[in-house]
Amino acid sequence: MRPRTKKILSIYTVLIFMFFYIPIAILMAFSFNDSKVGTVWTGFTVDWYVSLFSNEQILTAAYNSLLIAVVTTIIATICGTLAALAFHRYSFPGKKALDFLFYIPVVIPDIVVAVALLALYGWLQVTLGLSTVLPGHVAITISYVMLVVLARLAGLDNQLEEAAKDLGANEWHTFWKVTFPLISPGILAGALLAFTISLDEFVITYFTSGPSANTLPVLVYSMVRMGVSPEINALSTILVLLIIITVMVVGKRMHIGNREG
Amino acid sequence: MIKNIKLAYGMLSPSLIWLLIFLVVPIGMITVISFTTNEGYGGILYEFSLEAYKTTFSSMYVKVIWNSIVWSLGATLICLLLAYPFAYFIAHAGKWKNMLLLLVMIPFWTNLLVRLYAWIILLNNEGVINALLMKLGIISEPITMLYTPFAIIVGLVYGFLPFMILPIYSSIEQLDKSYLEAAEDLGANPIKTFLTVTLPLTFPGVLAGFIITFVPALSVFVVTDLMTGSKLLMVGNVIRDAFVVGMNWQLGSALSILLMILVLISVFVFLRFTSSKDKNLLM
Repeated sequence: MRPRTKKILSIYTVLIFMFFYIPIAILMAFSFNDSKVGTVWTGFTVDWYVSLFSNEQILTAAYNSLLIAVVTTIIATICGTLAALAFHRYSFPGKKALDFLFYIPVVIPDIVVAVALLALYGWLQVTLGLSTVLPGHVAITISYVMLVVLARLAGLDNQLEEAAKDLGANEWHTFWKVTFPLISPGILAGALLAFTISLDEFVITYFTSGPSANTLPVLVYSMVRMGVSPEINALSTILVLLIIITVMVVGKRMHIGNREG
Repeated sequence: MIKNIKLAYGMLSPSLIWLLIFLVVPIGMITVISFTTNEGYGGILYEFSLEAYKTTFSSMYVKVIWNSIVWSLGATLICLLLAYPFAYFIAHAGKWKNMLLLLVMIPFWTNLLVRLYAWIILLNNEGVINALLMKLGIISEPITMLYTPFAIIVGLVYGFLPFMILPIYSSIEQLDKSYLEAAEDLGANPIKTFLTVTLPLTFPGVLAGFIITFVPALSVFVVTDLMTGSKLLMVGNVIRDAFVVGMNWQLGSALSILLMILVLISVFVFLRFTSSKDKNLLM
């Protein structure tokens, strides 16, 4: 790049980052504003945080979000990893069609998945609640885990497995001693992706959770719809800070250049 | 590759069963529902009817579909223009690369609702931007920005810009630098090199970014919901209302099927124009 191009582009990059971060910074700043309405700064307060942590609804929603995300991650990681191994190692009839099946949740809009599940539950006459949120979350995250683990397997050196077998290890031994340690970063990356997708998921949860079982995103949505209150700023600030910490910690540990892990 | 059908299907079965029950069957159900008769109040009479599709193509809904396509396409194009030079700079930022990428990941992982709420604070009539402009004496009365298509475009661009940046970034980053050197050695100036080498070679990334931005932008309902208080509608709002408020599952299903077809067409176009190696740029 020529120095002049580089200079213009660097200014441009700073402007885009300002576009990203100024709204978030203002949102955070107003979580400490004394005034309940408007954008006039009337003084510093942490009242909104205090009322947030005594708000039963928010604590329940946070608990629900975590619970769903943990269970989703466990199921999706096991199913997705097994599927990736099957795709990588074996040839079997219908492989192409099944490969296509795993791409469905990646490309189909989440609102279609959401209303389709709602139709299923309506037909089965199931009462909506936390347990009806889980199937949708798992269905969309299985594919992501599968694709991430598959990418890791594709980059694997097959000779290592062959060497293990030549040295007398059986299938099972080869898997646990050689393959699994090699692909475990991929599995971890897949699990992490499943966890964050589930934690952040709004549309499917909104349709399949019923009125009593809120998760954090659904609660944020209803709070924003009801009207601007500094309590949402406080809640949002905490959520953004959690993201910043997570991204920094995970980004340091993993090579983030490729999200395949 | 080993041929072991039993074991392969055994390992695949948990995923397959889950995806069949909770994805394929439900999508099949809404396809069926879209062709049934509406009994009112959400009742489904299993008699063949094209009523839902006729309603879909009535002027009111055609306008909604049209608006959705125009707004999401417009926002996607703006994202593309904003993202390309930005991704280009980051991909060439040397030791700062990972740090800058981390800074893109933070808004990427921050919940869309939280980020939209930040813009409500800014665009409000009593919001930060209006307050600032009035203080500076540029305007004497607040400009209405929320509840307008402008607010929708801002929401869509802000919401989905990272989706555009990441695939473009990875295609620029994977670019084989020797092509650029070859072009330079053969006497091409930087602009010509960019237009004839860099841009065509990173086209799969642009196309992938286009699709993963356009698809969610087209189907999202929270942007219109929060930025305009549901005064302006996109397809997602109508589907939501048909299922949740209006109890017209036929109409909601028909619109969902239509949305799905639109999305599948754009993905098909993507796959037509890119090699299998680039398929994973979609993720």
